Amino acid sequence: MAELSMDQILAFLDRHEKKGLLRFVTIGSVDDGKSTLIGRLLYESGGVFDDQVAAVTSKNAEGKEEINFANLTDGLQAEREQGITIDVAYRYSSTEKRKFIIADTPGHVQYTRNMATGASTADAAVILIDARLGVLQQSRRHAYIANLLGIPHLLVAVNKMDLVDYGEAEFNAIRDEFQSFCDKLDFDAVSFFPVSALEGDNIVKRSERTSWWDGRPLLAHLEELEVRGSAEAQLVYPIQHVIRPDLDFRGYAGTLAAGTVRPGDEVKVLPSGKTSKVERIVTYDGDLEQAFAPMSVVLTLEDEIDISRGDVITTVENDLHISRKIDATVVWMAEQRLEPGRQYMIKHTTNLVSGAFTEVHSRVDMDTLEDQPAETLALNDVGHVTLSLNRPLVLDTYRANHVAGSFIVIDRLSNVTVGAGMIRSHGEDYQADSATVARGLTPTERAARFGQKPCVVWMTGRSGVGKIVVARALERRLFDAGHAPYVLDAARTPSIDRHAQGEAFGPLVEHAAVLLEAGLLTVVTFTSPRREDRAKARELLGADARFLEVAFDAELATCRARLQALGRDPAEAEQAYESSVDPDLVIDGDELNIEREVDRLVRVLENVGAIGI
Amino acid sequence: MTNASLTHLRQLEAESIHIIREVVAEFEKPVMLFSIGKDSMVMLWLALKAFYPGKPPFPLLHVDTTWKFKEMIRFRDEITKKLGLECFVHTNQEAKKAGINPFDHGGRYTDIMKTDALKQALSHHQFDAAFGGARRDEERSRAKERVYSFRDASHQWDPKNQRPELWRLYNGRIAKGESIRVFPLSNWTELDVWQYIHLENIPIVPLYYAKERPVVHRDGTLIMVDDERMRLKEGEEPEMRMVRFRTLGCYPLTGAIDSSATTVPEIVHEMLTATTSERQGRVIDRDEEAAMEKKKREGYF
Repeated sequence: MAELSMDQILAFLDRHEKKGLLRFVTIGSVDDGKSTLIGRLLYESGGVFDDQVAAVTSKNAEGKEEINFANLTDGLQAEREQGITIDVAYRYSSTEKRKFIIADTPGHVQYTRNMATGASTADAAVILIDARLGVLQQSRRHAYIANLLGIPHLLVAVNKMDLVDYGEAEFNAIRDEFQSFCDKLDFDAVSFFPVSALEGDNIVKRSERTSWWDGRPLLAHLEELEVRGSAEAQLVYPIQHVIRPDLDFRGYAGTLAAGTVRPGDEVKVLPSGKTSKVERIVTYDGDLEQAFAPMSVVLTLEDEIDISRGDVITTVENDLHISRKIDATVVWMAEQRLEPGRQYMIKHTTNLVSGAFTEVHSRVDMDTLEDQPAETLALNDVGHVTLSLNRPLVLDTYRANHVAGSFIVIDRLSNVTVGAGMIRSHGEDYQADSATVARGLTPTERAARFGQKPCVVWMTGRSGVGKIVVARALERRLFDAGHAPYVLDAARTPSIDRHAQGEAFGPLVEHAAVLLEAGLLTVVTFTSPRREDRAKARELLGADARFLEVAFDAELATCRARLQALGRDPAEAEQAYESSVDPDLVIDGDELNIEREVDRLVRVLENVGAIGI
Repeated sequence: MTNASLTHLRQLEAESIHIIREVVAEFEKPVMLFSIGKDSMVMLWLALKAFYPGKPPFPLLHVDTTWKFKEMIRFRDEITKKLGLECFVHTNQEAKKAGINPFDHGGRYTDIMKTDALKQALSHHQFDAAFGGARRDEERSRAKERVYSFRDASHQWDPKNQRPELWRLYNGRIAKGESIRVFPLSNWTELDVWQYIHLENIPIVPLYYAKERPVVHRDGTLIMVDDERMRLKEGEEPEMRMVRFRTLGCYPLTGAIDSSATTVPEIVHEMLTATTSERQGRVIDRDEEAAMEKKKREGYF
């Protein structure tokens, strides 16, 4: 190349500038010769300098200089010491036609996580199969994961052909077996290559030693295969950042996830649903006539709409969904198992929301590749889950759009990325549900959150009969069991007389009604001396909640003694009191065994369905 | 219309702009490390594009060892003034007073004047995200570097404890005191950088272009005598030679190459015919096996 003229250099620069880009992932274990294959690709496409080659060249047993291609690609010290590849490494190479970004991922059983990472940005996957060993379970697993991540092109390099004497029969047997497995998956195209990474057969040049094969060499195939663009899909433009250098300019910065946009296009902003027209496509290099995925631009709209990071600009008619509920396939990436019900952070496009896995439906058995029932997911598991989010996201299925259909799961305490998700489907649209939102939360919904149904326990009886001690013990018992109880007593509501009756009784019932509305198991411990008042309370509160009247009864002397011990006036016990006619439960205040009475009360609450058994 | 209609350079550009905006949106106090080299200039250029018609909403930070080429400092002051950007310059003053220099203190010099100084500046300003111009193709140990590289409160990097990065979804959650280094040029190669400089006409320090410069031969490299502090060994006689630099750093530690390339296409021409990788010119890499990985663990870029 030293003799190139300046014209040739300019022509080269021009060609290089116009090249396309292909991102592919290589999957396979060290034993499959993957590092050797990548080393060979880099070397043959001129991506390696002499000093790098010199560093990995050594004399072999016969004293001949030999390049160790695998060592061209080794990375971290820790991994060299262990002799295995433990993480995704990115390599770069460039030919006359394309620039390649190669995600080099290890293929051991436990490294699903790395494979998913490398595959997430890839347009193609190269899987290695050792010609001597044939199709292994590992090979099927690799194809399964590549397919899971939505990679359209699968390239199968049947490697070490030199060790099977470049046998056509061996190659065909592997091809037929693996092709029939891939037929069950969803690739756009699957192609097979008989190669020897070590000897260089069919990597860059067609090999004489496989004259029975009429395919293109691996590199030529990578140069030519068609990348599926998303510029023709519907517009999906998640807002990253609002740019406001001064009061006159308000632009929305983002990267087009799909589609094409032009000034004058009518657009809709989700989740608000407001519509406007694109005014300008602003870039540093001047306004554009159109922008398409995956360009990063700034849009301005004709109307002043409140738009912020996380909103999505799309077409007026669109297939996007606004939902708080998603069904997804998740790859779990952390040592700590997935905890259903626990709050995680979810990053989806430019949104960060919290949410919980409400259900784990199944996990994929990596040996049979079949779904199995599961309750959680462990490191490197793949499973189907349902997520409930604290606020709705503008989303699509992963199949339709990789950007609007993917998310990562972040642990709230460690901040580590613990999972990666691909949306399969979603719950009901948030907009369709607006009637429910307008109505607000119901007591039943609130109570359900606490695992209970709306219920009031109305304790009645003379002062000193023992209502408060029993109520407090019940409150503690229910609370410790995970419920949400509240005891309404005179000490907590000084504005209401502890012996309130008639007109003064109204506010007491109102207080109890608010607590019921809040979904609490409400326990009232006022004297409630009049039968008529108690009947009124049952009538008003019993319509939307269970109403239990619990009558306390004891000798006057017992009541007086108890009041005295509490430092209150014993005479209070002698105020007029109309005993209950048909209470739901009677408690004997003379022989008060608190634990036993709480047991009885809990039993009644269970019987009426206020709390679960 | 497909992805293919966006060239690889424009795809890289879009990806880098996306990353820079994402950091600005999710972090409280980002800063851009400005080494004044060609990669730094490309990164700064992308930042200008990312926030146009506004300006990048973060300052620049230059760690000045006081041993940089004079032309670099001049270029830094001119370009930041011209663009109207704030640029913090930090020097490890204690070490400077103690007389730490590249001649007497070898490998420790870089630790003290670059790594320590950088940590001092980041801690002092409480920056929680620092953009760096490193690329994965520069060196083998960088092939696995994430775009978001996490550092604990003492700026340490743990290669075993980096977060997986999928799709375009970067996890920017950190605890108080922790920070990240961000590498928007991760997927660029040296050729891409030069190609982009050519395409966009990006100004770079003239040291990248060949010119007659006073140099001495030392340990197989050409070292430029940039000022009177250069300690000449016995028998070393500065001579004027047409040379240029493939990377820039502290002048006593940066090797020049013989060259006649005075334009970007000529540089690319040389690069295509070059037989050694870019980092050969950096003396620090040869200190020991896996030098970069060690430096990275300690907080150097």
